[in-house]
Amino acid sequence: MKTNTKGIKLGALIAASLFNVGQIQAADPITVVSWGGSYGKAQDAALFTDASRNSGIAINRESGASMSKTCLQVESGSVSWDLVITGSGGSASAAAKGCLEKIDYDVVDVSNFLPGMYTDYCVGTDVFATVMAWNTDKYGQPGSSTAPKTWADFWNVKKFPGTRAYRANNVDGALEPALMADGVPADKVYEVLSTKAGKQRAIDKIRELKPHIAVFWGSGAQQAQLMKDGEVDMITGWNGRFDNAKKDGAKVGYTFNQAMYDFDCMAMPKGAPNKVTAMKFLAEISKAEYQANLPFHITYGPTNKKAYEITTASKELIESLPSHPKNVPLMLPVSLDFYAQHRTEALEMYMELMSE
Amino acid sequence: MSVLNTPNPDAEDRGVEPLNEKSLRAQDVQEQRLLLSLATPAVLAVIAIVVIPVGWLFYLSFTGSDGQLSLVNYQKMIEYKSYARTFVTTFEVSILTTLICIMIGYPLAYFLAMLPERLAGFFMLAVLLPFWTSLLVRTYAWLVLLQKNGILNDFAMSIGLWDSPLKLVHNLTGTLIGMAHIMLPFLVLPLYGSMRKIQRDLMHAAANLGASPVQAFWKIYFPMSLSGMVAGSLIVFVLCLGFYVTPAVLGGGRVVMVATQITAILENQFNWGAASALGVVLLVVTMIILTIATKVFKLDAVLFGKR
Repeated sequence: MKTNTKGIKLGALIAASLFNVGQIQAADPITVVSWGGSYGKAQDAALFTDASRNSGIAINRESGASMSKTCLQVESGSVSWDLVITGSGGSASAAAKGCLEKIDYDVVDVSNFLPGMYTDYCVGTDVFATVMAWNTDKYGQPGSSTAPKTWADFWNVKKFPGTRAYRANNVDGALEPALMADGVPADKVYEVLSTKAGKQRAIDKIRELKPHIAVFWGSGAQQAQLMKDGEVDMITGWNGRFDNAKKDGAKVGYTFNQAMYDFDCMAMPKGAPNKVTAMKFLAEISKAEYQANLPFHITYGPTNKKAYEITTASKELIESLPSHPKNVPLMLPVSLDFYAQHRTEALEMYMELMSE
Repeated sequence: MSVLNTPNPDAEDRGVEPLNEKSLRAQDVQEQRLLLSLATPAVLAVIAIVVIPVGWLFYLSFTGSDGQLSLVNYQKMIEYKSYARTFVTTFEVSILTTLICIMIGYPLAYFLAMLPERLAGFFMLAVLLPFWTSLLVRTYAWLVLLQKNGILNDFAMSIGLWDSPLKLVHNLTGTLIGMAHIMLPFLVLPLYGSMRKIQRDLMHAAANLGASPVQAFWKIYFPMSLSGMVAGSLIVFVLCLGFYVTPAVLGGGRVVMVATQITAILENQFNWGAASALGVVLLVVTMIILTIATKVFKLDAVLFGKR
């Protein structure tokens, strides 16, 4: 009997250890979802690939990140995503709907993050700006005397004749430029937009420009494509996309003046299948060593301050980032509160304009 | 079911013996049962894939964001004009696409039907090849062709057809070109099928009796090809109603169709109720239009073979 129990214990021990080893090896890869185009590629190159190798956490990469799909997964009880990229505003809406897991800040270290670059439900991955960009063959290089400088110039089709492109079917970052073009100072923009009359004022201003808006864009990849093909002369969009389009040969320049300063972040769907592992991976990609590589692939600023100290990027590249201290004061920080409270009404009004 | 079980009226007319009639009827019932049992998997599939989700869609459309029953989603459609406009655009684009498809597709199908069958098969490939190519690829191909500095504008300007680039895309024109191209096979295939069945001798007979070729076409050929044309047009029209990709890419944000608006609501508001309500209204309006069209154009004769 004694030997028997021993045997069983030993067997159990071996089985347990084997089982454990098996479990580690068979740990499901976590599913990390980003956007398409140059953005997803930049995140792969700077963050995901290296972080996965160094941490030993296997990842499945998917494209087509969206908070609505996340909410759909959560509400239908079949969550397959572990980490999803989103705009700051989208994460706030999804969190309000109860679609997101709270971030465990005991695991994710944000002590070195820029202020405001993380929330209870989302950890900032990069700082970007919604800027005004233009065809440099048509209006000159940024900073030259002929180049447009303000949103008023974007609206001024007499001084800057040509076609425009503006955001389609999504109101994020679409109303602020109109008000600034209408003479509202940057620090008063969200105050004006908080009333229905203020929103109407912005919509009316966009309606004024609508005959000159040749295309309404629906994605960052489309912004780049429109400028590469010379389809439009002036456009709103995300600064990194234009820099990458320029690398691909597009004649495009932009200014941070009166741009909107915002951040993208990683969120975790409520009930994510590999919550613990995914949280560790989120902690890994939030480290300065990975974020320091991001500017090489897309000109979006790291959210981790330490990344600016350790990056090997040139001074010129660092100064071209939206988060550079030289650029930040030129811009209007996007108000998450405004979008949490007014997004639905603003979108309905914007869709009215779109469908006219 | 009542239709299926009606006894065969011919039996009595022919004065068949009651015993025979009885066994015939029994056979009839047996056959119906067999057919019904064969159809069961399809019926169950339709219930599972169509009836239940559509029912769920109806239910969702009557719930507010708090999950309680409410009419808020429908009230919003009245409050904001964009919804009505989107529906008008959707039907406008669908009707125009169908008309363009008929105008291009009818002569094409006629041409194919006149060819010897082997040659027609070869030309049919030309219709079918694009059909097998991804819809997204074809849509972007049109963008490359039609845009401001696109192939068509560049070529036309280089040979002096026009001086400044024409606006061929990012508007209704581009949307219609792309959609008509994608929808064309859906019209040509049923139309070609029905034209192949028309006896060509009938045209000769008409000519023999003194009809001019034009008269013979309109009086003999066209009415007989109508069933294929109506079937094809309906397929095209209904498919157009729910189209998303092509108007989104080629419409340049100016052609806002119902599918576009549903996406906007889902992407930005995560509001399944409001999106479902749009789907319900589209379904109901489409059914009403099809019912009226069936009555007005007497489509049931061509569609369901009723006389």
